[in-house]
Amino acid sequence: MSIQKKLRAAGLLALVSLLTGCNTVVLNPSGDVAAQQGHLIVISTVLMLLIIVPVIALTLLFAWRYRASNKEATYKPDWDHSTQLELVIWAAPLLIIIALGAITWISTHTLDPFRPLQRIDENRPVTRDVQPLVVDVVALDWKWLFIYPEQGIATVNEVAAPVDRPIEFHITASSVMNSFYIPALAGQIYAMPSMETQLHAVINKAGDYEGFSANYSGAGFSHMHFRFHGLTQADFDTWVQHAKASGEPLDRAGYLAIEKPSQNDPVRYFGSVAPDLFGAVVNRCVAPGSMCIDQMMALENSKRLGVKDPNCDPVTGKPLNTAAPQSTPVPANREQQ
Amino acid sequence: MTDNLLLGRLSLDAIPYHEPILVGTFCAVALGGMVVLGALTYFRLWGYLWREWFTSIDHKKIGVMYIVMGLIMLLRGFADAVMMRAQQALSFGDSTGFLPPHHFDQVFTAHGVIMIFFVAMPLVTGFMNFVVPLQIGARDVAFPFLNNFSFWMTAGGGILVMLSLFVGEFAKTGWLAYPPLSGLLASPDVGVDYYIWSLQIAGVGTLLSGVNLIATIVKMRAPGMTMMKMPVFTWTALCTNVLIVAAFPVLTAVLVLLSLDRYVGTNFFTNDLGGNAMMYVNMIWIWGHPEVYILVLPVFGIFSEVVSTFSGKRLFGYASMVYATVVITILSYLVWLHHFFTMGSGASVNSFFGITTMIISIPTGAKIFNWLFTMYRGRIKFEVPMLWTVGFMITFVIGGMTGVLLAVPPADFVLHNSLFLIAHFHNVIIGGVLFGLFAGLNFWFPKAFGFKLDPFWGKVSFWFWQIGFFFAFMPLYVLGLMGVTRRLSHFDDMSLRPWFLIAAFGAALIAAGIGALLMQIFVSILKRKELADHTGDPWGGRTLEWSTSSPPPAYNFAFTPRVHDNDAWHDMKANGYERPVNGFIDIHMPKNTAAGIVLAGIATVMGFALIWHMWLIAGVAFATLIIATIVHTFNYKRDFYIQAADVTRTEDARTKLLAAHV
Repeated sequence: MSIQKKLRAAGLLALVSLLTGCNTVVLNPSGDVAAQQGHLIVISTVLMLLIIVPVIALTLLFAWRYRASNKEATYKPDWDHSTQLELVIWAAPLLIIIALGAITWISTHTLDPFRPLQRIDENRPVTRDVQPLVVDVVALDWKWLFIYPEQGIATVNEVAAPVDRPIEFHITASSVMNSFYIPALAGQIYAMPSMETQLHAVINKAGDYEGFSANYSGAGFSHMHFRFHGLTQADFDTWVQHAKASGEPLDRAGYLAIEKPSQNDPVRYFGSVAPDLFGAVVNRCVAPGSMCIDQMMALENSKRLGVKDPNCDPVTGKPLNTAAPQSTPVPANREQQ
Repeated sequence: MTDNLLLGRLSLDAIPYHEPILVGTFCAVALGGMVVLGALTYFRLWGYLWREWFTSIDHKKIGVMYIVMGLIMLLRGFADAVMMRAQQALSFGDSTGFLPPHHFDQVFTAHGVIMIFFVAMPLVTGFMNFVVPLQIGARDVAFPFLNNFSFWMTAGGGILVMLSLFVGEFAKTGWLAYPPLSGLLASPDVGVDYYIWSLQIAGVGTLLSGVNLIATIVKMRAPGMTMMKMPVFTWTALCTNVLIVAAFPVLTAVLVLLSLDRYVGTNFFTNDLGGNAMMYVNMIWIWGHPEVYILVLPVFGIFSEVVSTFSGKRLFGYASMVYATVVITILSYLVWLHHFFTMGSGASVNSFFGITTMIISIPTGAKIFNWLFTMYRGRIKFEVPMLWTVGFMITFVIGGMTGVLLAVPPADFVLHNSLFLIAHFHNVIIGGVLFGLFAGLNFWFPKAFGFKLDPFWGKVSFWFWQIGFFFAFMPLYVLGLMGVTRRLSHFDDMSLRPWFLIAAFGAALIAAGIGALLMQIFVSILKRKELADHTGDPWGGRTLEWSTSSPPPAYNFAFTPRVHDNDAWHDMKANGYERPVNGFIDIHMPKNTAAGIVLAGIATVMGFALIWHMWLIAGVAFATLIIATIVHTFNYKRDFYIQAADVTRTEDARTKLLAAHV
């Protein structure tokens, strides 16, 4: 079976040249999560090539060997069954799929975007004292808003994070579905209105990376990119200071203004952010006088359960977000989503 | 904007006379249309077409009409593809290409909708219609009128899609029209309504044709043809129609909910008031994934027939082929979520659907091996259908591999919606479905028309398609790994451009392949005397359709054949079967009717009226539709007898023809 070996070698060679040759960010990312995902692509592909390459080789071989003009070849027109062969042709793919299925089960759980990171890279686990950097992401028509609750800043179409610090993205959208994707950092996750998804990731190399929406969202979709900067801690602090210093405040009225559809928006910085703006976006109650979804659901539940105070969650008894601008910041009820 | 009672939202503004591309297209279509209509009038073909084709309830003619429709729509869908490839090759940096987003977004939506619903579906349905009754030794399908009606409903949907080109616009949402984007707030125009009503009308046709073919296969097999003696194509057709009957109502339901949101103001899929767009995505894929198998299963059947015929050998592992088909049918309902792992359903749910998806590759792999071992120790004649089959086996396994790769959720997180995904599904739909349909076209064309397709142009077409496919889609795999997502009409990164140029070159090769296909049909018609087949069995066929004449008589078989083997015709030939030449009797046949085309025509008018909010016309059309249906039920003249004398005349002519060409 030397042809087979050669073909397999050629396949691997092609794959390797792809890996190193052009700018295949998916296979050569700079964040640990994306790196594991890229690695998984290579492993799965090699595993499947174990069966694909022989099939292609056999197809060509049989097509050539049993061509009608080759009268030397055996001809058995009524041979149509062989139990051993049938066992092999069902068992061979089965074995590959068992292996791949096991890999799938494990990797899907370890790389679940909702799961807090366990490691910064191959050799460094996340220690207990590390706090992830929280970034709230809103996909707008057709630009991205990033809110940093810890730093109290917000940006449009630019996001930054310190190298090797776990990042915890909370993602939603204003009107239609998008997908939040920074190929160098980690796989994508949908950004959906009135819902919150999460992505845990870490960037291991400083650099300037591309991010974009990976789900078609209308006329301005093609220009819905942003830059993602992986920065050293010092550079990140400078970046935050720069945003604080140069930026205007982002209040609810300001959010309603930038929420309006626009294309090719320049990068913008906001030095301060209205309290719980993100929670209000998720619950669709930024506009004054609108009722938040969680409040509405609590009201429905209280009717059903006979709980008296509609401003409290009937199950936990905690106070809920309210629509009107608040004087005291209320922590977002993340565990509700 | 208040709607006019008669014209609704339709006004002169809806005509896109400011778009030069559309005006040019319209002129070409109008000119071509006038030439065709003029020619039909000049050669006095209208009566012939109306009597012999449009009102025909003969499954063979309806099958041919489906295939003609599929090929015409292929040209439209491919024109969209060329525009996309050209736009993506041109629109870099400062250049914005020639299509603004408004137009580009319609083009990719129309491309997807047309290729799936109005190319692949009619072609697949056409082959099932034409071949299945012949393969099981039946005279027609179980419900011949319904068959005609189904075809015209499908055609009605196609007409609405084509109309959107020149009156109004098509959806700008992608081919599955996910809300909230397809909701009233983000898409207030008529595009999504065109989408909804063309699919609803065509969907009725598809569903009824599914019912029809199931009944046909279950009830009308020739004596002796037990389930495990059915030809594999009939088996795959049965499974596909079970899928159609079970899946299409889901599509209908989800589109009804979307139309209620758009027309009545309900909140099924809106962002507010409890609406949930995720429900739409789930439901449309509960239809959408079985749909993929609806397309590919019959094609697997075609390959099975072709590979065993041209290898001169019984199909290897008939039983495991049948079980593989049934397993795929069942599993196809358990995988829909793999289309949106990135929605964040959680690790256990994602793993479950990832693994069920991978499991489908086991029966599919078994099928590939079965074809492989059918070739093993055969005597393979590389006629055009066999070329397509070998091309398929090599191309399809690559697409299958990338498909299993995308079923690994963490891998899908980085490849979802990327050009890698685009490359994957074109790899299976072109390399699987389309290659199979071309194999089938070359294989059964002589049965339908009595002459073979020209092999030279067939081979030219094959090689252009095969090579063009690799040029057009392998670069997309690479671009996907470079992190390029789908549906973009503009790029900033110049380093991507060479790949798009290669892909555009591939599209040009495919265009040559389509040109060669048209040339093949044209040349074959010119050379029909030379390519004629008088035997009815030009390839050394193995199943019953090859036992009758080419083209078959209206009644298919003078006497219903008796089946003793799953290669029934091969078995008959091997055991010295002699064609009956006398003792013919009257044959009971269904009568042609105009009801199908009339009802579907009214339904299409109603769809158009609903799209444009012409409430009065819609109401009148709906009432007319109900009344016409009731009136049709009073038509008692639905059948007639082909007299024994006529049968004798037809069969005698064939006896003479066979004797003359021995």
